[in-house]
Formats: sequence, structure tokens, C-alpha cells
Amino acid sequence: MEQPIRVLVAKPGLDGHDRGAKVVAAALRDAGMEVIYGGLHQTPEAIVQMAVQEDVDAVGLSILSGAHMTLFPKVKEHLNRAGAESILLTGGGIISAGDMDKLEKLGVGQLFGPGSRLADLVDYIEKEVARRRTATRSA
Amino acid sequence: MKTVDTASGDKTQSRPAKFVTWQEAFGAVPQRNAPFETVSCEPVPPLVTEHDVAGLDADTDIGLPGQFPFTRGPYASMYRTRLWTMRQFAGFGSASDTNARFKYLLERGQDGLSVAFDLPTLMGYDADHEHSVGEVGRCGVAVSSLADMETLFDGVPMAEVTTSMTINSPAAIVWAMYLVTAQKQGCKLEQLGGTTQNDILKEYIAQKEYIFPPAPSMRLVVDTMDFAAKHVPRWHPVSISGYHIREAGSTAVQELAFTLADGFAYVEACMERGMDVDSFAPRLSHFFNSHVDFFEEIAKFRAARRIYARRMRDKYGAKSQRSQTLRFHTQTAGCSLTAQQPYNNIVRTTWEALAGVLGGTQSLHTNSMDETFALPTEKAVKIALRTQQLIAYESGVANTIDPLAGSWFVEDLTNRMEQAAEEIFEQIDEMGGVIAAIEKGWFQREIARSAYQYQREVEAGHQVIIGVNHHKEDEQEEEKIDLLEISLDSEREQVARLHKVKSTRSAAKVEESLARIRTDANGSVNLMPAFMQAAEAYVTLGEMTDVLREEFGTYRETPTF
Amino acid sequence: MTELASLDEQELVVRLRRGDQRACARLMTWAERNDPRFAVQHRAFCDELGVAQRIGITGPPGAGKSTLVEGLASHWRESDDRKIGVVAVDPTSPFTGGALLGDRVRMSRLVLDPGVFIRSMATRGVFGGLARATDDLADVLDLFGCHSIMVETVGVGQSEVDIARSCDLTLVVLHPGGGDTIQAMKAGLMEVADIYVVNKADMPGVDRLVQELFDVLELREIPEDQQPPILTAVASTGQGVPELAEAIDGMVRDRRDSGRQAERRQDNLERRIRRLVDGRLRHEVWQARGLSDLLHQRLAEGGKLSAYELADEVLDQYQQAAGHPANLLGNISQTDPEDSP
Ligand SMILES: Nc1nc2c(ncn2[C@@H]2O[C@H](COP(=O)(O)OP(=O)(O)OP(=O)(O)O)[C@@H](O)[C@H]2O)c(=O)[nH]1
Ligand SMILES: [Mg+2]
Repeated sequence: MEQPIRVLVAKPGLDGHDRGAKVVAAALRDAGMEVIYGGLHQTPEAIVQMAVQEDVDAVGLSILSGAHMTLFPKVKEHLNRAGAESILLTGGGIISAGDMDKLEKLGVGQLFGPGSRLADLVDYIEKEVARRRTATRSA
Repeated sequence: MKTVDTASGDKTQSRPAKFVTWQEAFGAVPQRNAPFETVSCEPVPPLVTEHDVAGLDADTDIGLPGQFPFTRGPYASMYRTRLWTMRQFAGFGSASDTNARFKYLLERGQDGLSVAFDLPTLMGYDADHEHSVGEVGRCGVAVSSLADMETLFDGVPMAEVTTSMTINSPAAIVWAMYLVTAQKQGCKLEQLGGTTQNDILKEYIAQKEYIFPPAPSMRLVVDTMDFAAKHVPRWHPVSISGYHIREAGSTAVQELAFTLADGFAYVEACMERGMDVDSFAPRLSHFFNSHVDFFEEIAKFRAARRIYARRMRDKYGAKSQRSQTLRFHTQTAGCSLTAQQPYNNIVRTTWEALAGVLGGTQSLHTNSMDETFALPTEKAVKIALRTQQLIAYESGVANTIDPLAGSWFVEDLTNRMEQAAEEIFEQIDEMGGVIAAIEKGWFQREIARSAYQYQREVEAGHQVIIGVNHHKEDEQEEEKIDLLEISLDSEREQVARLHKVKSTRSAAKVEESLARIRTDANGSVNLMPAFMQAAEAYVTLGEMTDVLREEFGTYRETPTF
Repeated sequence: MTELASLDEQELVVRLRRGDQRACARLMTWAERNDPRFAVQHRAFCDELGVAQRIGITGPPGAGKSTLVEGLASHWRESDDRKIGVVAVDPTSPFTGGALLGDRVRMSRLVLDPGVFIRSMATRGVFGGLARATDDLADVLDLFGCHSIMVETVGVGQSEVDIARSCDLTLVVLHPGGGDTIQAMKAGLMEVADIYVVNKADMPGVDRLVQELFDVLELREIPEDQQPPILTAVASTGQGVPELAEAIDGMVRDRRDSGRQAERRQDNLERRIRRLVDGRLRHEVWQARGLSDLLHQRLAEGGKLSAYELADEVLDQYQQAAGHPANLLGNISQTDPEDSP
């Protein structure tokens, strides 16, 4: 049996608008994933610590404050430093296409802007995690 | 509000023959393949007749404008005397950037100012705090000390304009800075008009920008209400807000009921402190969202006034008419805007604004088309303001008062809104009140469920959003609009300014005023004088909030889904 | 740092012993998934286990268990720099197989403390039962060098109660309001408690709840000195937490000295082995031999069938395939209820 995908959903930074994070958490659960909800106002260090201990396949961050160009790179950097570069880092928020490209170059996965479909996010995580699991298994 | 029997057949027996004929004719033709429900996922009947509002008493339920129960409006003459206040929320980057924007808006005919603060300020952190990195000046203006407030209002006649400040957890402190700035300009406190949002309950319920636990937070709110009643009589110390509850994903009815319940909780808290209801209730104001379902919103506004009037008079014994009338600010729904085909947002905003006006709003903010991306550009803000002016001066809707009164559909919807809200109040009472329900995570869960249900309906195509799930266009085809960029330089500059302030003030005065805040926080005196003394000594927001964090503790919510 | 996937099992355990959290987390994942590599490693490190105290914490939803875990962990971190492990179990949705695990939010003050390791677990149809997985995760934390391990479960069903019981000591957390004692009795919590914690002592109704507990305990006619103590606490402010920590430590000491701990561990070990055997047998019957398919096929054929007749048929098939004559029906009927899939 294929093992359930484990995802950490959290909100870094000071912004408290958790509508997106909660809707995403519920959708991932309903897609059969195990969602560890990390809560609001988390620092990048704390997020990575949680991701490591929970041995998740993916981390999903919701950032609406405009601080994504600071927060995503920081989380990515801490993930790498913890030897957890194989964990998929994805998320969403008010992020322009230009910023998405820049973040992708830093190794952040696909990001989902306003109006994105939950189904697309679920799909992306499923595919990407499956790909990474196969890659590490054959490595 | 789940059952709609209107025109659906249950009551046919007592219906006139003509109605039965209509019903047969209606049933004989196929209907469009659409869910026929509001954006709150409430079903809408195809037709409402006088039969459905048979129980409605035109005198006691609707009445006349300026008369109990104020369904038709809080004032006798409404927009025939004065149009609503056109108030656009503004604030970004540094205090001097925002000051320039204020002057721009005042020159173009805006009547009141509205300040958005950045997240560090909203959470009680100075610009140089580690949690502030990357967030300074991003969603609003950074105000770390009195010096920033002085820059923000430099050259703005504070005794003449009214200012609305969107700040909650640290509202008392920021308001103290505002009052001291005005005093230094030579204004008297009694001259100052404006609003502090200062609605902490909806922070726990929806926006989640809380700092302290509910009990000390409520005390801070009551302190400001008490201080305003005694010293700043033209100020609205609390703006009881449904806007954020709606943005968090609630339905219209939930927005209505949760917001009013919050307001009643403040009323009860003040009365517990021994304040006379008529001493503070006249300065309470409300703040609602205006979403895309036109009639649902209008009914919500009208129901809000009626429920409020009845409760204030009958439950809390408010005698003055001003204590019984609900006056409100409206903002069009940010969550209804789409990143796709952004020009469509101008159109959405237009009818949302129109619903606010037909619902009898006292002031209005119209969103700019680019607000899903970032803070609005000047061009977009101008169109948004022009939207209000077009409604006010060209559409003709402001010429007569409450033109929709007596519409069977609107009155029926208003009734149903009121009933549904009353049911929610009962549930809240059963749980032991608003704070108990917050601690149980009840509001949070209700909202999360509505948000999720809505999102699923959108994805299933039951809720149509043009440009998102209908009439989509390729990204290439889509018109691009200019966006306002905020550089990271402004963060560095803000931190530098803060350090300069810290190095030039009197350390002794800082110590002394922080000690007073600590003492007062542990006692039961009003904290406002201590905050004002500290503001004057250029004690920073972060320094004051830290003392309160130590004395009051901090809040953490149990997540619910 | 090297990627974990490229390490072999032994290397993983070496790293874990060195305090590598990634390695610890990965071994837990193997345990949870019942990866055969875990069983292999378990044999190698099993004689190092048994150092940590395992504390089961259960009680009705929202009683304040997570808050209390955070409080106890903080207390022990400060008092004697004890390394702490936490396993927090939340239910899997029976409909989607997904789960929302939210206990961590209540323990957020511990996140950045390198001396605390927290792991959330869903009750998913874990192979061999839920308690099998929590025992294994606790073993990993034990090997990781934790001195105290707390296992939090919502005390609503037999399997959750069983987890709590498979620890050295079981705390049952109740809170005033909401008919807790009755609920607790129904769930079988009254029998498993070594210590009762009446939490939310800042709320009305505490005295009544404590009294109710005394009354219920009295009915059980246990000698006075063996009655589980009842402590009150306000987990959200930390009030009563030091006393609770003291009571736990004291009870652990007494039991160690009196030999009761060894007895309990022996009992737990027996139950654990039975669980493993039961789980494997079930797997053997239903999955490995494809008898699940056979059953579905027979059911699809329709018609009135006796459940007994079909059960016999399945077991006959199994015996033929397995080639041994044991009376499996007898064995299976003794299975713990928690093990039913
Ligand atoms: N008044 C009061 N509230 C408390 C106390 N302890 C916890 N709470 C609150 O009770 C709620 C539930 O606390 P948790 O620690 O999440 O409870 P739990 O038993 O772990 O809950 P589940 O894991 O969901 O079953 C939270 O809102 C806590 O803040 C207390 O001593 N007094
Ligand atoms: Mg818990």
C-alpha cells in the first residue's frame, strides 16, 4: 500500500489571515494526506524543526503579507542546512509571477497565487512527492 | 436559513388562484442550469410575493428613517443632507510616504483619512525586532514611536480631518501616540474626531492578529471606551468589525451575527465596569463587508440596524436614540476580487459599493482593482474613489431614502437574516458567551467550514467567478496592470530612524513611564494616561507592548478546521 | 549534510545515537509504516531500551492534554535538563484516510528546544494496531536518549485507552463541564488511570468533578493506599504542573523500587507480542494469501450466506494454503478488539 503523504502546513511571519492555510489543510486531508498543522506566526527555524521531526514529504506555507521574498528563502536555507533538501517546499499567497520565478531558482517548488484551484495543488503535491520518493528510493 | 419554502408550494393552499397559475407556468418551463444560491451558499427563491411577508408590520418592523427600529436608516434625512464619507484606506512604506499620500487624497476631495499599519505595528513590534524582518512598511505604515506619528500627520490639520486607524491589539498605545501628536499640534482632545478599530474579539475569531489573552485585551478596550467617553467625546473608540470575519470566509449571516454578538459583548463589558450604556453606546460604530451578492448584502445591512436597535433598547436599556442606532462603515469585499482579468474588479466593486449605499452606509471604502496583488497604485485608488463619486452624483440612488423598503424580496430576506442571527445568538449564549465560544474555537470552526464549503463550490463550478472558473483567459491574453513595488530600503531607513529616536530621548523618562505602565497594568486604573505619558517620552510601541506581554501573558489559539 | 535515503539502516541508527533528529524522525517513519528494516534494527538495539519513563496521557477531547504535555516538558527541561520525547496521536478520517494533526500548536513553546522531540501520528489503519506503532515510536525516542516520553491520545475508544495503558504510567486528564466522568467511565478510562488530573481548575465545577471522581473510585473498592491520586491543575498557566511532575516522578520511583514497574513492563511486553502475532496473522490471512479477494468475490456472488459458513470457508482456504492444521478461529477470537481493521 502506498504510504500517506505527510505535509506540514504553516504560516510564517506575522500575518494572521489563515483562511487559505486552513482551506488548504482541509483539502489535503480530504485528499488522503496527513496534515500536520503548524499554526500561525511561526519562524522559519521553527517550521524547519517541525518538518524535520515530523519527517514530512512537503511543507506548504501560506504568506499573504508580501514578505514571501524574505520568508521562503529563509525556510529553504534552513531546510538545506538541516539536510532536508529533499522535502518539497511549496505554498501560496499573493505572489507575482516574477517572484515565483525567482523563488523557483532558489529551489522552492511551484507556488499558487490567488484564484488557484485546490485540486491543482493536491495534484502537484501528489505528483511531486511521488517523483521525489522514487528518486530517493533508487538513489 | 437552510429552508426556503417561499413560492415552493407548501403554502399553495392559502395562495390565490393567480399564484397557482403562475406556479404552474413556472414549473412548466425548464430552468437554467444554475444553483440559484447566494455567495453564502443560501438558496434563493424564484419569486417572493406579499404572501411571504404577511407577518411583517410596516410600522414596527420597518418604520421610518431615523425612527425605531431604524431599518430604513439611522437618520431622518440620510443622503439628502450629507452623502456618506468617502474614506479610502491608505498607508504603506514610511510615515513620510504615507503623509504624502494623505495630502494627495485630501487635495482630491477625500473627507477623512484612514491609516493602515504594517504587520509589525499591528503585532506590537518595533521595526528593528527580529520578527519584523521583511514586513516593515509592507502592508501599511510603520509606526514605532511618537516620532513616526508626528511625521505621518505633519501638515495635516488634525482638529479638522477625521482619522480612522486600523489597529487592534496595540490600539490603546497607538491611539495614545495619536492624541499626543494632536496635542503637540495645539489641538484639544475634545476636538478630535475619528475611529480606532480596536475590535479585539474579531481578531480571535477571524483575523488572528492578537497579542494578549481575551481578559486583559477586553480590559484595554474598555479603558479606551472609558477614556473616550470622558475626554475625547467625538472619537469612536471601537469599530465593531465584520469585514474580517467575512474575508476569513464566513457567510453573510455569520458576519452579521458574529459581529453584532461581539458588539454586545463590549456593551456588557462596559456596563460591568459600571459605565452607563448611554454614556458610551453613542460612540460605538460598526464596520461591514459588502460582498458580491447584491440583495443579500442590502438585507444584511438593514437587518443589522433592526436587530441592534431592538437589543440595545430592550436588553441593555439604552434610552438615547443614538445608542440604539447602528451606524456603519462599509468596505467592498477584498476576497471577491480576482487576480485574473483585474479590470473586472472595478465592476464588482461598483455594485458592491452600490449595495452599501442602498443599505444605508455612513462611510465607504471601495477597493482598488489591484488589491489582490499588493497595495494599490495611485491610479487604481483614483478609479476606486471615482466609483463612489459616480454612484453619489450620477446614479441617482442617493436622491431618495432606502429605495428598496417594501420590496417583498428584500423585506423577506431582511426578516430571514434577522431570524438566523437570533438563532446564532442563542447558540452563543448557550456556550457561555462570546469569549467562551472563542476559547472553544467555535467561531473559528464555523468560519473555516464555510470557507471550505465555498471553495469547494467554486471548484465544482456551482459558484461562478468570471475569469477564475468561467470565461477564463490564457495568461498571455490577460491584461497586465502596473503594480506598486515597495523596496527593502524603506525597512532599513525605518530601522535607522528608530535608532535615532532611541538615542536622543531621555532614558530616565523612558524607565519611569515603563514602570508606570507596569504598575497600572497590575492595578485597575485606566491605562490610557500611562500610555500617553510614555508616548510623550518617545517610548516605543514595542517597549510598551513588551511590558504588557510580561504582565498579561500572550495568547495562542487551538486550531480548528 | 548527506541525504538520509542514501544511508543504510545501520548508519541511520549510528546517527540517531549521535543525536541526529533527521535520523530519529526517519526511523520513526519506518516504524510507523511497519517497514521491515525497522524490525531488523529493533533486534539490534532492543537491549538498550527501557531507560526512559513512558507516560501515557489520555482524556476526553479538549481536556487540555497537549497544554499539560507542554507544561510538564517545560518543567522537566528546567528542573533537571531532562530530554523529552512526545508522541501525539490524532484520529484519521475514516472516509478519506487523511488526518489533521494539530496538537503541535499547543506545544509551540517547545519547538526550538533541541532537548525536546515531538512527533504527531495519525491513527491510520496502522498495521498491527495503533498501540503497535506508538510502542515502536516510543522505542525510537528511548534509543534517542529521551528520559521521559509522553504519549498523548484522545481517550475516546478502546485502542486509545490501550496506548495509554501500554506505558509505564497512565495519566487521565479530565476537565469540568461536559459530563467528563461519565464519558471517562464509558471509555474505560477509570480503570487505566494511575493519576487523575482535573485540569482547568480555573473554571467553575472543579470541586464537583473531583467529588464525582472520589465517589466513582469509592465504588471500585480499591484499598485506600492504591487509589489513584487526584490532582488539580491549570495547564494554561502552569499552576499545579510542578506538583504533578513531582507526583509522576514519585510514583515512578516507588514502582521501580517495589518491582511493580518491572511487573507492568512484563505484562505490557506480553500484550505487545500478542499484538504483533495477531497483526501478522491477520495480515497473513487477509492480504498475503489473497483471502480478502476471495471473500469479496463470494460476497459479490450474492445469495443468503451464513457468516459462520463463510468464515469457515476462508479459514479452510487458509489452512490449505498454509499447510498447517492449527485451529485459527480459536486464536482470532482472542484478538484484542483494537486489532480489528
Ligand atoms: N481555562 C483553561 N483552559 C485551558 C486549560 N488548559 C487548556 N486549556 C484550553 O483548553 C483548550 C484545549 O487544550 P488542549 O491542550 O489542546 O487540549 P487537548 O486535550 O490536547 O485537546 P485534543 O488534543 O484536541 O483532544 C485550549 O483552548 C486550551 O487553551 C486550563 O487549565 N484552563
Ligand atoms: Mg491535544
